[in-house]
Amino acid sequence: MSPAFLTEQKFSNPTMPTIAVDKEDLYKSLGKSYTTEEFDELCFEFGIELDEDTTEECQGDERPQLKIEIPANRYDMLCFEGIAQALNQFLGRAENPNFKLTAPTTKLTIEKSTEQIRPYAASAILRNIKFDQRSYDSFITLQDKLHTNLCRNRTLVAIGTHDLDTIEGPFTYEALKPEDIKFAPLNQTKVMNGNEIMEFYEKDKHLSRYLHIIKDSPVYPVILDKNRTVCSLPPIINSNHSKISLDTKNVFIDVTGTDKTKTEIVIQTLVAMFSHHCGEKFEIEPVEIISNHNGESRLCPNIEPRKSLAEIDYINSCLALDLSGDEIAKLLKKMELDAKVSEDPKKLEVSIPITRSDILHQCDIMEDAAIAYGFNNIEKTKPKGESLVASALPINKIADIFRLASSQAGYSEIMALTLCSHDENFKFLRQIDDNKTAVKLENPKTFEYQVVRTTLLPGLLKTIRENRKHSLPIKVFECGDIVLKKDSVERKAINQRNWGAIIAGKTSGFEYIQGLLGKLMQTLRASWIDSSKPNTQRGFWIEEDNENATYFPGRGAKVFFRSVEGGEAVAIGSIGVLHPEVMKSFEIPYAASYVEINIEIFL
Amino acid sequence: MDLQLTILKTVDKYNEVDNTLECPELKSFDINSLHSNLTSLWSKELINFEKIETEHWELLPEAKDFLKNGSHEIRFLEEVIKSIDGLKLSDVNKLGPVGKLGQGKAFKNGWISKNDDKLISKVDKVPEDSVVKYLKEIEETGKLSDKKELTELKKRKLIQLNKIVGYKITKTDKFQVEIVNLETDITSDMIINNEWSDKKFKPYNFNSEGVYPSSGSLHPLNKVREEFRQIFFSMGFTEMPSNQYVDTGFWNFDTLYVPQQHPARDLQDTFYLKDPVRGDEPEDKEYMKNVQQVHQEGKYGSIGYRYPWKLEESLRMVLRTHTTAISASMLKQLADDPKPCRLFSIDRVFRNEAVDATHLAEFHQVEGVMAGYDITLGDLIGFMEDFFGKMGVNGLRFKAAYNPYTEPSMEIFAYHKTLKKWVEIGNSGMFRPEMLESMGLPKNLRVLGWGLSLERPTMIKYNVSNIRELLGHKVSLDFIETNPAARLDELLV
Repeated sequence: MSPAFLTEQKFSNPTMPTIAVDKEDLYKSLGKSYTTEEFDELCFEFGIELDEDTTEECQGDERPQLKIEIPANRYDMLCFEGIAQALNQFLGRAENPNFKLTAPTTKLTIEKSTEQIRPYAASAILRNIKFDQRSYDSFITLQDKLHTNLCRNRTLVAIGTHDLDTIEGPFTYEALKPEDIKFAPLNQTKVMNGNEIMEFYEKDKHLSRYLHIIKDSPVYPVILDKNRTVCSLPPIINSNHSKISLDTKNVFIDVTGTDKTKTEIVIQTLVAMFSHHCGEKFEIEPVEIISNHNGESRLCPNIEPRKSLAEIDYINSCLALDLSGDEIAKLLKKMELDAKVSEDPKKLEVSIPITRSDILHQCDIMEDAAIAYGFNNIEKTKPKGESLVASALPINKIADIFRLASSQAGYSEIMALTLCSHDENFKFLRQIDDNKTAVKLENPKTFEYQVVRTTLLPGLLKTIRENRKHSLPIKVFECGDIVLKKDSVERKAINQRNWGAIIAGKTSGFEYIQGLLGKLMQTLRASWIDSSKPNTQRGFWIEEDNENATYFPGRGAKVFFRSVEGGEAVAIGSIGVLHPEVMKSFEIPYAASYVEINIEIFL
Repeated sequence: MDLQLTILKTVDKYNEVDNTLECPELKSFDINSLHSNLTSLWSKELINFEKIETEHWELLPEAKDFLKNGSHEIRFLEEVIKSIDGLKLSDVNKLGPVGKLGQGKAFKNGWISKNDDKLISKVDKVPEDSVVKYLKEIEETGKLSDKKELTELKKRKLIQLNKIVGYKITKTDKFQVEIVNLETDITSDMIINNEWSDKKFKPYNFNSEGVYPSSGSLHPLNKVREEFRQIFFSMGFTEMPSNQYVDTGFWNFDTLYVPQQHPARDLQDTFYLKDPVRGDEPEDKEYMKNVQQVHQEGKYGSIGYRYPWKLEESLRMVLRTHTTAISASMLKQLADDPKPCRLFSIDRVFRNEAVDATHLAEFHQVEGVMAGYDITLGDLIGFMEDFFGKMGVNGLRFKAAYNPYTEPSMEIFAYHKTLKKWVEIGNSGMFRPEMLESMGLPKNLRVLGWGLSLERPTMIKYNVSNIRELLGHKVSLDFIETNPAARLDELLV
C-alpha cells in the first residue's frame, strides 16, 4: 500500500502550497525543540502537513528545513512568520498582534486610465525594517507564493516592493502607452520602453509567462513617483532604480490588481507578516489612496479586524457539544479569533483579524472551534436512525444483467477510457463526423483525449491490440456510457449506456457474436423473430444494413427490437463483421465480429 | 499377458521377489517388457515394484580368450620353461601378444629372469593361473571380492562395469494371481447397466491442476465497485443518477462554491468542451441568482468571495471533475421536498492531468452524501467508522483540511500496519450552509459528504502498481481472466 493510498487523485483539487521554513528558527520561535514525530503530530492536530524534514539531506553548513503543506485558503501561512504565529497561538503561546497605523506621509493617486487594464491598487509602507538574510528571503518567498496562489499567477493581483529611500511620494498609478514607459527593469542597466521590455522578457523562463496579461493592451499599468520615476510595471517587473536589498530600511509596497477583494487581502497579508520586522513591531504606515473616479479613495491598508456574529447554539449543534460562549471563545483564541459573548447572549461576537481572510461564514468559525477542540476528541455518534430504503440506479441494474450474462457466456469484461482520439472514434471506424454526435474537448494535453466516445468499439479494439498475444479467439465486452450531444437539454449532452461485444481470431466468428446477442436477448425476455414472416411479438431480429461502413459490405446489420406485442420496432444497435480496414487502422492482425446496442431501451 | 501371469505366479510362489535378476523364473525376460508389465500390474493395484540397480562386471574379449587358453603371463612362462636353455630375447616378439604382454607380467611376478640374451625360468612348475581364476569368478558372479585385483583387471582392459536393472516386487493387499482390467473412468453406461460395482478403477493422480473451464470474467475494478455498492446499500443509500459526464461550470463548480478564479477551474486542471461550448442556465433562475449572490456579494450569513461573478464562465461546458456535480443537482432536487436522505454514486470523473503511474485523465470517484436534521460532525465521524469498518478498516483519525464546499473538511486517516504510519484513505466534510441554503434547503437540514477513489483500493487489492494497467485498454486480459474475488473485508490496513 503506497503512502498516498486511496486519494492519490484529490477531489477538491486544492493544490496545497508547500512552504519551506528554517527548522531551528521555527522551533526556537515555538519555544521547544520538537522531534519529527512530535511536530508531525502538532501539524496533524492543526490541519497542516509536515511534508519533509530535510535534516538528513543537509550538507555542509546547509540549514535543515521543514517543508510544510498548508491549506490553500490560509494565505497568512505562506511564510515563516505566519506559520510561527499561527502555531504559537494554537499552542497558547501568543496572542493576536496588535497592528497599529501611524500617520500617513504620502499618497498614491489612481488614474481613471487604469480601468482599461488593471483598475485596483493598494499600498503601504513598512519603516525601519531590519532584514537578515533569512527574513529577507522569507519576504521574497511570501511574494512568490502569493503570486502563484491567491494572485493566480499575477493575473488577479501583483506585488511590487521598493526601497522607499530611492523614490519620493506622492505616487501615481496610471495606464500609459507602452512606448511612453521608459525605465531600466530590475537587475538591468539598459533603459527600455514598454514594448522593448515585452520583447526583452519573451525568452525569460520565469517572466515570459506573465507577459500575456498586459501585452496586447494599448496601455500598460505603471506606478510612478513624484518625479515620474517608474517604480514598477505591474504585473511584470519592478524598476532597478527602486530595488530592495538586505540593507533596505523603509519598504514601499504597491499592490495592483483586477480583483478588488484579493488586492486588499494581499496588502493586508504582506503588512501583517512583515510588520513583525519593523522598528516598531506591528507598526504600519498607511498610504492615502486617492481614487475619486471609482469611489475607492481610502487610507490603506485597513487593519481593522472584521466583526462577525456566530450563534453559540449553531456551533454546539454542529459539533454535538454543549459549551458555553466563553468556552467557545477560549477555543477560538487558539485559532487567532478573538471572541466574546455579544449583547445577544445566544451569539458570540467574533473579531476576525486581517490574517484570516478565509473566514466567510459562521461555519468557518465553527470549524475553527472544532479544530481547537480536536476533531479526534469529538464524541462519535450515530446519525439518527431514519429508516431509509436503499435502491440501485435502474440503468445500473440493466447493465449488471448484461455484464453477468456476458461473462457467463465466456466473454471477459473490459473498462476502457471514455476519452479517445477523433480518428479512433471516426476515421479508423470508417465513419464521417457530422458534428452532431460527439462532444469535443477544448484543451486536451494529448491527442488521445480529443472526444468523448460515441461508441464502445475503439476501447474494445485498442484492448485487443494491446492483447494480440492472447490465445484466440479473443472474446471481450464492455458495458459503459457513451456521450451524445443533445441540444435540447441544459447540459447539451447526455450519457447513454451501451453494451458492446467483440470476437477476434483467425475467422470472423460472426455466428458466435450473433449467438451471444441471442443469448443476452433471451436473458431479457426478447426472443429471436423470423423477420421473413409477419410478426408482431416482443422480440428482436437483425436486418442487413450496407450504410454502416464500419462493417464489411454485405456483412453488417441493424439490430431491431420490439418491446411489446404490436408495438413499434426500434433500431437499437448494429452487428456485423468488422471491415478489414478497421482492423488495419487498429493494428490488429485478426478478423473480428462485433455487436453494440443501446441497453437503455430495457429500462 | 502371459508375462503378467508369470510375474504374479512367481510373486505368489516366493511371496516377494527381491530382485528379478536373481529370480530364475524372471531373470531371462527383457527388461523393457518386464517394466511395462510390472507397471500395468501396479496400476491394477496388484503389486508394488521398485527398481534395483546392480553393478555387474563383464569380461571383455581378451579375458574370454584367457579362460580358454590361460593368461598371457602363464602362457609366456610355459614357453620359457619349454625352451630348455631359456628363451632367446629375439624370439619373444615371435610369440605375439603372449610375448609382448606376458613377458612383463612374468618378470613382475618373479617367475623369470634374464640371462644374457636369454630368459630363464625361476620356478620349477607352472603356478596356478590366478588371473583366470579371478576372471572365472567374475564370469560367474559379476563381482570380485578382491578389490585390488578388480582394479588391476580393469586396468588391463579385461573387464568392464555394467549397471543392470532388476526389480523388487512385493504384493499389495489386493494381490491375487488373476488379472482384472482396471477402468479409467466411470461412464454413463456403467451406471445405467449397473456395471460399476463389478469394475476396478485406476487410481487417480491428485497432484495435478485439472482442466480449467473456458469462462468469461468481470473486471476487477467493477468487482470492487460492487463491494462498495453493497456497503452503501446495506446502510440505506440510494444510487444517484451519475450517468452525466458533461456538465456546466455552474453545477460542477459554482453551486459548490468553487470561485470562478479557483485553480481547479484552470485549463490545466479541467477539461473544457469546444463542442458544445455553452450550456443553458439552470431551470430555477432564482437559485442561479442566489448562487451568484453568494459568490459575488455574500448571502445566507456569508460575506462571499466578493468578485464579479460571470454567467459566461458559469455556462462553460466541462467534463465533470467530480461526481459532487451530481450530488449538488440531487441536493437541489431535495429542496423541493426536504427530508433526510442518503445518496451515493461510484462513477467516472475527469481531470486534465499529466498521465503517469498513479494519475489518469479519468478515474472513478466513490461518493456518499447524507442529509439529516441537525446532523453533527460527531455523526460524520461515527458514521465514517462504521463505513470504513465494513471494509475492515478501524481506528480512524481525522485531520482538518480545506475544501471550498465543505466546512469543516476532514481528511480521513487510518493506521497502516506494514508501513507503520498513518495514511490518508478519504476526504469528508459538512457541506457549507450557504451552498445548501441557496438551493432552498432548510437551515437545519445539514448534509455530510465523503469521497475516495475506486482505483486506489483496487490497485492495492490486486497489487497493481500502474493505474494504466487497470483502467483503459492497456489492461492485460490474462489479468482480467485470472483475478480473484474482491473481498474488501480482507483488504486494507
